[in-house]
Amino acid sequence: MLSKEIRNYFPILDQEINGHPLVYLDSAATSQKPQQVIDALTKYYAEDNSNVHRGVHSLGNRATEGYENAREKAREFINAKSTQEIIFMRGATTALNTVAQSYGRANVGEGDEIVITYMEHHSNIIPWQQLAKEKGAVLKYIDLEEDGTLSLDKVRETVTDRTKIVSVMYVSNVLGTMNPIQEIAEIAHANGSVMVVDGAQAAPHLKLDVQKLDCDFLAFSGHKMCGPTGIGVLYGKKELLNQMEPIEFGGEMIDFVGLYDSTWKELPWKFEGGTPIIAGAIGLGAAIDFLREVGLDKIERHEHELAGLAMERMSEIEGLTIYGPHDPKKRAGIVTFNLEGVHPHDLATVLDMNGIAVRAGHHCAQPLMKWLDVSATARASFYLYNTEDDVDRLVEGLRMAKEYFQ
Amino acid sequence: MSTNKLDQLYRSVIMDHYKNPRNKGVLSDNNVTIDMNNPTCGDVIHLTLQVEDGVVQDAKFEGEGCSISMASASMMTQLVKGKKTEDAVQYAHLFSDMMLGKDVDDSVDLGDIEALSGVAKFPARIKCATLAWKALEKGVGNESEA
Repeated sequence: MLSKEIRNYFPILDQEINGHPLVYLDSAATSQKPQQVIDALTKYYAEDNSNVHRGVHSLGNRATEGYENAREKAREFINAKSTQEIIFMRGATTALNTVAQSYGRANVGEGDEIVITYMEHHSNIIPWQQLAKEKGAVLKYIDLEEDGTLSLDKVRETVTDRTKIVSVMYVSNVLGTMNPIQEIAEIAHANGSVMVVDGAQAAPHLKLDVQKLDCDFLAFSGHKMCGPTGIGVLYGKKELLNQMEPIEFGGEMIDFVGLYDSTWKELPWKFEGGTPIIAGAIGLGAAIDFLREVGLDKIERHEHELAGLAMERMSEIEGLTIYGPHDPKKRAGIVTFNLEGVHPHDLATVLDMNGIAVRAGHHCAQPLMKWLDVSATARASFYLYNTEDDVDRLVEGLRMAKEYFQ
Repeated sequence: MSTNKLDQLYRSVIMDHYKNPRNKGVLSDNNVTIDMNNPTCGDVIHLTLQVEDGVVQDAKFEGEGCSISMASASMMTQLVKGKKTEDAVQYAHLFSDMMLGKDVDDSVDLGDIEALSGVAKFPARIKCATLAWKALEKGVGNESEA
């Protein structure tokens, strides 16, 4: 496990909530930020703030340099071939919507298929629903196995030569399941489809390699990986991005503007209309530096160990159901559960009174909740700053909630 | 830890309504049906009312949700039965004020719903408590306009 010292990098963790030291177990919703990231944002605004790609002046150069350096860091982070393939956006939601509206509208026609799974987050469902409705295309769902994993046989059954887009989350925000993206991408490609990956829950926790995965698009958000809110990345293969039309038009993204027609800048800027998210990108760059310093492989191992420990201790509580794969090696540091006789909201309130932050609700995955046949669940998600003590505090809180509601 | 603060929220009368909900079910001879959900958390309510001559003659609810939302629904149905629709709407407004932490007219007999006043101190749970009342307001509001 990682050293407890890591906590010291995160100033927010050093506080009491309702009279108890904070135990933050909601990193799958958003992670906390290390001092380095907070400092990078402050430094940018205090010393370098300016618009990018246009000013001749020195501040403009500094801001441009900071912004484009962050792009290089993001490229390296996911092992993309070129920074032209890294487009800064508001987050994974915007990135997935961009793929649907740009690539999707141009390439999906009547009767074509879009394939997703039952475990998707709303942000990887609704853009495709909208596209399917507009084009008269068919939206198909890959069914899940009983333990909340995907079987490649079912992927093969669902994907056909009419499939134009396969879009799957890398790591489930509810079940914690890690999906076999590389294998699914092979099946998609064999059927002439592109492979889109929602990497929102993967980027914070595992080493991403878009070349190895051979995915065509990948979306992730900065705020779940120690970065600021309002910044994320759309990765796309250069040959695809080159064919695609921007969906936002305005400043920054143009080459020549005439009265009745205009042309676009080259990649990646043609997709970055308007003043870009400069501070956000610089903050994301600082977060990437931080994660690389700690080591993604160490972070992944740390989370496996904590989730495994939590699952083990939680299953000793009578009436507690854990959803998703029971083998901790098949999942990221996310443990979603229900405690018999205590509604998840009540549970979250009792835990909050003990200083413990968990998520309760449908986790933006209503189709998955239906599949699990529950209306809501509670979720504890672990990150690099969580410790074994946090697991103990959680289990203690759960026992108290059970007793209180008996 | 002590459970003092929790006890302000989960008063015994609330827990009683949660565990033994009043008016649970579906009215077969209903003439007003309202389905509502709380999209942020997944709570749902199916409220059926029988309204005649401007009076809520009967009310039943079904739903899924936390102790606060289900207890609130149980208390709401108990309170509005036999009330004029405009009075029912008044109660819904009064309940909303109570959740905002505003002082409410203490001449009004709140009955069991007074126990929910502690919810105002738990901002994240206010929506749980108001779901049933919003359903009521929609139901009788439409009815009194009809």
